[in-house]
Amino acid sequence: MGKEGKTFSEWFYSRKVQRFLVIVTFMFVPLLLLLVFTYIPFGKMIQFSFYNMKYIGKRTFVGWKNYIEVFNRPEIFKSLAVSLYYMGGAVIQLALALFFATIMVFKVRGEGVFKAAMFFPYLISGIAIGFIFKFFYARGFVLDTLIQMFGVDLEDIPYWLQDTRINNISLAATSVWRYTGQNMILFLGAMMSVDADLYEAASLDGANKWHQFKYIILPSIKSIVVLNLILSISGSLSAFEPPYVITNGTMGTGTYFVIMNRLAHENQKVGLASAMAIVLLVIIIICTVAQKLFFAYVFDDGTNDESKAAVRRRKKAAKKEGRIS
Amino acid sequence: METSKKKSPAGIVFSIFQYVMLIGATIVALIPVLVCVFTAFKTSDEYQTTSVLQPPKSFLYFENFKVAFQQANMLRGFFNTALVLIVVLTVSIFAGSMLAYVLNRFQFRGNGIIRNLFMFAALLPGIAMQVTIYQIMNSLGLINHLYGYMICLMGTDIISIYIFLQFFENLPVSLDESAIIDGCTYFGVYFKILLPLLKPAIVTSLILKGVGVYNEYYASNLYLQSKHLKTISTALYTFTGPYGNQYNYICAGVLITIIPILVIFIIFQKQVYGGLAAGAVKG
Repeated sequence: MGKEGKTFSEWFYSRKVQRFLVIVTFMFVPLLLLLVFTYIPFGKMIQFSFYNMKYIGKRTFVGWKNYIEVFNRPEIFKSLAVSLYYMGGAVIQLALALFFATIMVFKVRGEGVFKAAMFFPYLISGIAIGFIFKFFYARGFVLDTLIQMFGVDLEDIPYWLQDTRINNISLAATSVWRYTGQNMILFLGAMMSVDADLYEAASLDGANKWHQFKYIILPSIKSIVVLNLILSISGSLSAFEPPYVITNGTMGTGTYFVIMNRLAHENQKVGLASAMAIVLLVIIIICTVAQKLFFAYVFDDGTNDESKAAVRRRKKAAKKEGRIS
Repeated sequence: METSKKKSPAGIVFSIFQYVMLIGATIVALIPVLVCVFTAFKTSDEYQTTSVLQPPKSFLYFENFKVAFQQANMLRGFFNTALVLIVVLTVSIFAGSMLAYVLNRFQFRGNGIIRNLFMFAALLPGIAMQVTIYQIMNSLGLINHLYGYMICLMGTDIISIYIFLQFFENLPVSLDESAIIDGCTYFGVYFKILLPLLKPAIVTSLILKGVGVYNEYYASNLYLQSKHLKTISTALYTFTGPYGNQYNYICAGVLITIIPILVIFIIFQKQVYGGLAAGAVKG
């Protein structure tokens, strides 16, 4: 190298060209997929939300009419009320996960088995869970038999999936059953990252279990609990699987997405469904921004928990020193 | 309880409390599945006459499994799902790790923007996006083709990109540099040096993504409507109609679909738990 008049192969193997080639070839497929399956659909969604249209056939521009309809259709409004059940479920689920994770931080024999049993529901497919719980709740089957064992008459037991007073609770419960173990594993991971010596020292100093929980465990998982609480808001608004696979959204169990799905694929009200999607997306973005702000400012008090922003700054600085350019 | 130190009475009470709670939770977690196991091994007679909570006479009665397997055409379902898994996982491992390599190792204009584009994409609710993705799949002629479904699943893959990005952060750049001094090209660095080191991240994302693909039914239901294109989860769904209340067959079908996941989970427990934190980014 170093001589004038490079040959093609010298040019080809030069650092600059290599760098350009590797960046372009390695990013081509992921970016193409991102464009075709995320950003073009996203753009179309915004566009469609202003039209009255089906998948095929003519479209008419209707301006904000679809958005106005989103806020005025009683079934959509009702579906937001339904998501309150899932929000309640999410809070119960987080509390249970926190409780069991705490119990497991202290030595238990057979920990692996307990963990596995509670976690496994998370890995079962939505359809399988649908069948498992249709069977579980069916009149005279699993749950009813269990309750009858305590001497309750079948007459006094409600229809778990048909009775509109409780069917949403039944459905939200399946989601608690499915995700509590997963949450627990997440919390447990955060708790275990605390130095074991700390517990040892604390118990030598005479701290009881409650003190250990309050002063050692809780601070270590504060941020992940708050994160999950905020996520559960957007999570409950986008609840979909339990009603979709178990009741198909009938008898007042339709959540926002179930209604949207029905409007889009059965009634082919594509414009209205798109507007619904955009409205929900705005809510999710608001939640996410709130969460980011929350972490940046509330946890930036320099005490127990390093804030996300601080970690990022530190990483960025470290990266600047050690990067090939 | 055999802890090395002596236990105070309060400690013993706490231990008992621990076990009561954990055993209780385990029972609640297992009962819905356990009842399914019982029911799957019962003959039709037994199913109609015995209580659902009663174990079957024999755990060697496989007739329900046979019927379920044939009726729902699960062999075809397994075959299709296996094909989808192989293609989607291979592509998403390479695409994800290559993208992460470029984003992590090269500072170029647009790097930050591309990262943010992927971040924002993770926020978009999947089900909602299907309204317009359906339209695009339709205009590209990808509906009712196995390859169309595969492409659609690859397109919505963000988790593995996250996992690889995190992993690259912890691989020292000096590795790349010494390889380049030895005359390696950037392609060589990725394929010869870094790819082999990525193994733990690959296993994590194989499992997370694999479980996701195996359990996927919404897009499969939407885009693969022909009978011979059913994947394992939509094959299971065919029980909804004709078997309405014959849960001995349905439960057998459910168990058939659960068993592969159970086996993977038992073998790779550690990686599954470890991968969760990474996957939790998407929520």
